[in-house]
Formats: sequence, structure tokens, C-alpha cells
Amino acid sequence: MILATNQISSFLGQRLEVIIFGVLVCLVIFELVRRKHLMERYALLWLAAGVILLVLALWRGLLTTFSHAVGIYYPPAALFGLGFLFVLILLIHFSIAISRLSDQNKILAQRLALLQQRLEKDEGGQPDRERSEDEPVEGESTPSVSRGRG
Amino acid sequence: MSRHLALVPAHNEAGAIAATIEAIQAQAPQFDVLVIDDGSSDGTGELATAAGAEVLRLPFNLGIGGAMQAGYIYAEENDYEIAVQVDGDGQHDPSFISALLERLDHDAGLNMVTGSRFLAPVSGGYRSSAARRVGIRFFSWLLSLVTRQRITDPTSGFRMTDRRGIELFANDYPNDYPEVEAIVLMHTHRLRSAEVPVVMSPRLTGESAISSSQSVYYMIKVLLAVLVALLRARPVREAADAAAERSR
Repeated sequence: MILATNQISSFLGQRLEVIIFGVLVCLVIFELVRRKHLMERYALLWLAAGVILLVLALWRGLLTTFSHAVGIYYPPAALFGLGFLFVLILLIHFSIAISRLSDQNKILAQRLALLQQRLEKDEGGQPDRERSEDEPVEGESTPSVSRGRG
Repeated sequence: MSRHLALVPAHNEAGAIAATIEAIQAQAPQFDVLVIDDGSSDGTGELATAAGAEVLRLPFNLGIGGAMQAGYIYAEENDYEIAVQVDGDGQHDPSFISALLERLDHDAGLNMVTGSRFLAPVSGGYRSSAARRVGIRFFSWLLSLVTRQRITDPTSGFRMTDRRGIELFANDYPNDYPEVEAIVLMHTHRLRSAEVPVVMSPRLTGESAISSSQSVYYMIKVLLAVLVALLRARPVREAADAAAERSR
């Protein structure tokens, strides 16, 4: 009897810790989004992780049911498996984001070099010759390019 | 303005850039020269301007693929009909530009001509180190298999394209080590290419883009890129169509 109560109370204790941790994760993510340190797009995955943690802690039999359903007889192992899967998905997500960013970065650098060359050419004594119809003219008045030729 | 453009990618080539530009101006006077200064820190861009070339100054180092693509975008937007890549380090002898041009003009169905170090009848000249030649031979075999035509120098960056090639490369150009992939790109877009024998010299100054420690990475990366390029579900679409679509 005493043994059983101890087990229950320690289990409750662990659940309480998990609940607190899950709530904390959600709060930290919310705060980061509020301060605009984290974009909503990337916050969603982390919030999902926090919520899943909370659900597993509150819904007692879920982890056991789940782990038995997928054939894992030691429920904590299922938890580790899920955690690993989550990290894997997150990393792939980041790799995709980095690839997209570097591609956009490349396009920006190329466009900058092309515009700068055109601007310098226009300033360099060949006015109006190279300007195509669809280009705005405002660029000429901005003195932001310091490398003008004398 | 002529309709021919020489694209000269240069990353810290202050020692060779002026000589390269002058050689192009002397050997292929009908070509305008565009130097793509890929984030140099040694004044390559200024030297190129002084030597009479147009210069695209990339704000930071993009690598050869991104730099070349910037050049092709320039060629596309300024209505050039022919573009030839000439390395800024003096490896490519501009006197062969006329040979490339002659071949491209002569064969109407041709979209790209590559200068090859390994084609008869020329011999001698610079042919890379022994270790690299093994890699070159491997890719030569692979690409010949893929494109069903003989490709002897898949890593040569000394190549000339017509307007359709310019439009294709302005729209889509491989990033890291573009030469091998560009051949596959031409093939998957149903553009035709051929090789012309040239002699190359060892680089005058500066460093190669590929150090020996990167060679293994190079092999694996390019191999992956070739396989992916072949498997990529690309609608058979003309390069000119894509360009027309974008300008709409």
C-alpha cells in the first residue's frame, strides 16, 4: 500500500514538473514572438512541442496507449523517439529555410551589382542612353552610391 | 555596342585581371568585356575598370556560380547575342575565342561551344594535376553517358553560348561548381553543345576555387547535383519560353 502511494506521488511529482516545463516552453515562445525575436512561422513548431508535452502530462494513459500501439513496450522510449523525430523535423525545416534565404540573398546581391553598374554608367557621362523604359528614374537623385566617378 | 560579350569572373585576381582584359581586347576586339568582381578585397574591380571593362561589383563573395549567373543576367538584359566565359586568372587564352565563335556561327543548331583541353589535335598546355584528371575522366565518362555525346572536358569553364544559352543561364545556373552541372542543364533543356580543342595555361596568380582538400566534397556534390538534375521533373520547355514568361 505504502509502496503504491509512493509510486503515485512520485508519478504525480514528475507529471507536475512536465506540466510546468510545458507551460514554460509555451510562455517563453509567446514572449519571444511578442518581442519579435521569433517569427510566428517558426514559433508554431515549438508551440506544438510545448502543447504535446502538456497533453501527454495531463492525459495519463495516452503515452502508454501510444507506445503500445506502435509496439514500444517501454513508454519513455516512445517519448524519446517522438522527441528525436521532432528535432529531426525542425532541423530539416531549418535547412530548407536556410537554402531559401541563401538563394534570395544571391538574387539580391546580383541585382544590387547590376543596378549599381547601371547607375555608375549613367552617372559616368552617358546620360539616358542605357535607361530602359520600365526603370524608375528616382535612383539618380539619391547620392547613396559613394563610388561616383569624377 | 557589340552583340558579343566576354564574361570574366574574378575573385581577388588583381595580378592577372588587367592582362586578361587586354588580351581579350586584342584577340577578340568584337567582344565587350564584363568583369564580375566576386567580392574581391584586392582592388580587382578598380583595376578592371581602369583597363576599360564594365564591372559588376558583387557586394560579397557569391562563388563562381552566382557570379557567372550575374554576368548572364547582364548579358540577357543588355541584349547580347553571344556570351563567352573567360576566367580572370589567365588560364583561358583569348586567342581561342575566335575558334569558339567560328564553330558556334558555323553550326546553326548549336547553342554552346566548350573549349576542351583533351581534344585532338592540340596537345600540351596545362591539363591539371594527375589527381584532378582522374575526376575529370570520371565526369567525362558520366556526362558522355548521360548526354549520349562525347564530352572530353566537363570541367572547362571556357565556353561560349548563344542567346538561348544566355537566357537559360540567366534564369537558372548551378551554384557551387557549375561547369559539370551546366552541361546537364543544357542537355535537360534540349540545347545542343559541342567541344572545340583549346590549349590552357596554368593560372598566372591567385588561388584556384577548388583546393585539393575540397576535391572529395566536389566529387560528391557534383555527382549528387547531376543525379538530381536528371531526376528533377522539369517540363520540357524552351529556355526562350521561360524568359518570355518572366518578362511578362
